[in-house]
Amino acid sequence: MDRVPLERKVLSENDRIAAELRARFQEHNVLCLNIISSPGSGKTSLLERTLETLPRHDRVAVLTGDIQTENDANRLKRFLFPVKQITTGGTCHLDARMIERHLADWPLEDLDLLFIENVGNLVCPSSYDLGEAAKVVVLSVTEGEDKPLKYPSIFFKSDLMVLSKIDLLPYVPFDMNAAAENARKVHPGMEIVKVSCLTGNGLHEWMTWLEQRRSAHKSPVEAVS
Amino acid sequence: MHEMGIASSVLEAVRTEMRRYPESYPCKVGVRIGEMAAIDPEALRFCFEAMILDTDLASIELAIEVCPRRHRCLACGHEFVVHDYDCSCPKCSSLGTTCISGDELELAYLEVEQYGSSTVGAKST
Repeated sequence: MDRVPLERKVLSENDRIAAELRARFQEHNVLCLNIISSPGSGKTSLLERTLETLPRHDRVAVLTGDIQTENDANRLKRFLFPVKQITTGGTCHLDARMIERHLADWPLEDLDLLFIENVGNLVCPSSYDLGEAAKVVVLSVTEGEDKPLKYPSIFFKSDLMVLSKIDLLPYVPFDMNAAAENARKVHPGMEIVKVSCLTGNGLHEWMTWLEQRRSAHKSPVEAVS
Repeated sequence: MHEMGIASSVLEAVRTEMRRYPESYPCKVGVRIGEMAAIDPEALRFCFEAMILDTDLASIELAIEVCPRRHRCLACGHEFVVHDYDCSCPKCSSLGTTCISGDELELAYLEVEQYGSSTVGAKST
């Protein structure tokens, strides 16, 4: 019996494509964000409010993933930025190959910012690198403050947690401090913004985070080591 | 539930690797799964066994090593296993610690046996 060392990632094929995508994004100075949450947490609403706020000439595009329907793409196309729907037909996450395929006819030199709205799922999307610069996890206040402890992987891997639907706080028992504490237990130092896409409350903080990421991406002086 | 895709990737890697050993057959494949990797080891085993059933790889065993989340203290250099999400250093209480493992989803090794050796066709139960 011989033991042969393999020592490589199980998803090495996905990771290979993701690394190629990341290199292409860097070459063209495109900031790519992978937005993940459970279904119905408000990923599309956050993107609607974001696209509504950004100037029309901004070089922004969205890939939005779902198992079925073009509903989200139709909602986001109203803002006249390039939007493409990825329907997975049953797969519970997006993988790097789907991104590569759907970007094939989009010239990256025309973009500065690419949002990828993942399939609603707090588990599987965390295993698949899409070549993004950062993952953003959205948690709505109706889901309970213990979600970061129940689904640690995605909170561990995300740079930012967006606490959404804060307009519902008077009606639901949700402890914001406990949610933040739980997220930072899993991911010490995690950045958090609190937003309501309905009232617009907190959107300024989200847009500020986004702009900071965009400018850091353009001049990556501080990003070294 | 993406363990089916993960199991399929493991088997694909086994088949690719076995092309280098035409005189042998695979007995065991070892994988490492971090506790923060969002993979359920039992679901992975279930999918793996379902996929090899009635194939030429039916006798291959899947060995899963679950890796705990480990951090290194940036102040004193102490390395420790994180229990109950407490990431502070147990030695110097510093909160400045960095994750060094626990996120693995890796192929560790493959055990192969030459055709014609005494254990051909044997399957440990």
